[in-house]
Amino acid sequence: MTRPSLLPEKGAFGSLALIAVVVVVAAGLFAYTAGWLSPDRLTPAKMVAAFAPSGGAALGHRRNHAKGICFTGEFDANNNGVELSRAQVFANGQYPALGRFNLGTADPSAADATVRVRGMGLQITTPDGEAWRMAMIDLPFFPVSTPEAFYELLKASGSKDPDAMKDFAAAHPEFAVFGAWAQSAPWTASYAEERFSSIDSFTFSNGSGAEHVVRWSLLPQAQVVPITQSELAKLGPDHLAQEIAERVAKAPQRWTMAVTVADPGDQTSDPSKAWPADRRSVTVGTLIVQRIEPERDGPCRDINFDPTVLPNGIRVSDDPFPAARSAAYARSYNLRTAEVRDYPYHLATATGAQQ
Amino acid sequence: MNGARFTAVQRLLHWVMAICILSMLFIGVGFASTITPKYLPLVATHKTLGIAILVLALIRLGVRIRSGTPPLPADLPEPMRLAAHLSHYALYALMIAMPLLGWGMLSAADYPVVLFGGIRLPQILPLNATLHTLLWDAHFYLAFAFYALILLHIAAALFHALVRRDGVFESMAPTPSHAKVAAAE
Repeated sequence: MTRPSLLPEKGAFGSLALIAVVVVVAAGLFAYTAGWLSPDRLTPAKMVAAFAPSGGAALGHRRNHAKGICFTGEFDANNNGVELSRAQVFANGQYPALGRFNLGTADPSAADATVRVRGMGLQITTPDGEAWRMAMIDLPFFPVSTPEAFYELLKASGSKDPDAMKDFAAAHPEFAVFGAWAQSAPWTASYAEERFSSIDSFTFSNGSGAEHVVRWSLLPQAQVVPITQSELAKLGPDHLAQEIAERVAKAPQRWTMAVTVADPGDQTSDPSKAWPADRRSVTVGTLIVQRIEPERDGPCRDINFDPTVLPNGIRVSDDPFPAARSAAYARSYNLRTAEVRDYPYHLATATGAQQ
Repeated sequence: MNGARFTAVQRLLHWVMAICILSMLFIGVGFASTITPKYLPLVATHKTLGIAILVLALIRLGVRIRSGTPPLPADLPEPMRLAAHLSHYALYALMIAMPLLGWGMLSAADYPVVLFGGIRLPQILPLNATLHTLLWDAHFYLAFAFYALILLHIAAALFHALVRRDGVFESMAPTPSHAKVAAAE
């Protein structure tokens, strides 16, 4: 056969083998980097999947803190924060705020009194084009020390093994502090009475380049009226959303933002460790919530309150959580924005129903 | 082949962009599979490098239109000639489209696009979940197509260099022109 060949005869086999090896190795490196060869790697997809209840995730909704309601208002800065951070948000002035009150559950229809942890997503924007996004919760510390431990907590709480939670608590002694808080901290009947904390530490840089590691809290100006879980249950499954809408319709609701500055040697990488109460605290401004809107068509719905969206003058610290949260929130956002048909827009306005 | 080569500027652009684009694809699949603290610098690098690649790709397109390309070997079989032309159109399209898809996808999610040095890019699309999904899917799937095409490109380049020895590889090789590697055959 003298069929014309693309290949010269001699040495071609070795060359072709070399080319094949190059391609296979390059493909393998790519697969390794993508995690396809590492089933144990804790990926954003695995982390987010671990939130799903046994019946599956609520499509179209955030994969955690799924039940929520939008708000808008402003942040009134008093200039005190300028000594800590050069971000414009701390300079005297009023800046637009957009946020979301929420419950720490993967079930958007969970009854309010069944959810222990409440949260606030918040974005403050400034005229220089910067945005500061926060995702806060109503306890001053996080239940576990590391993102990996949080994943184990999610696996344990979803496990059928009756000893799973006991084993988890034994391996993660810091979790006992959360247990004590969940048992003893009073409930309230209003988002307006909650204190929301950054949990994670961040690094503030001021105009002369000096840096401080800080955490912050939003302290409610409304009077806190403690109630019991069963009293809250009697108020109805969606009391919190109804109550905050009525309360804000009557008068804007306010929170004081207090920035707590770490002393050298304070634990900045572990959000399960609260700092001593005597740490310096700087009151930097007031959040004023002026309007409540249902989430379905509200301005917070398609916003990812990624806590690593930070203005110049604020950056992440050695706390590993913000990166993990950013990765997981992006995954959740990508999933839910692809599921709009499962949580369509415009129904609230069409039916006038309360969400 | 007559030993004609791409110009020095074209070769420089090719190899600089080769490093950038390969890094970019590895960084992309890398950050998407981790929740460790390196996630954030990887994402920031991905955005910065993406815009750098967009700028370089547009410059390169202009240079290519001006300087042209050396002719392919006259004895190159027609299917390989066609594959060479089509794959280069696809590579140029991806070099320009991928950064725009990424930028558009971030814009449609209302994420600020901040590069190294605090450079803030404008939002090029309005917030829209459906648009975000469309662009995200395109960015995601085309990334794998891009890498597959690059592997094909590398295999073809090595085929020219090692098997056909027709000067095509040497026309883009990262060696100075006076080396005249191609002339040896």
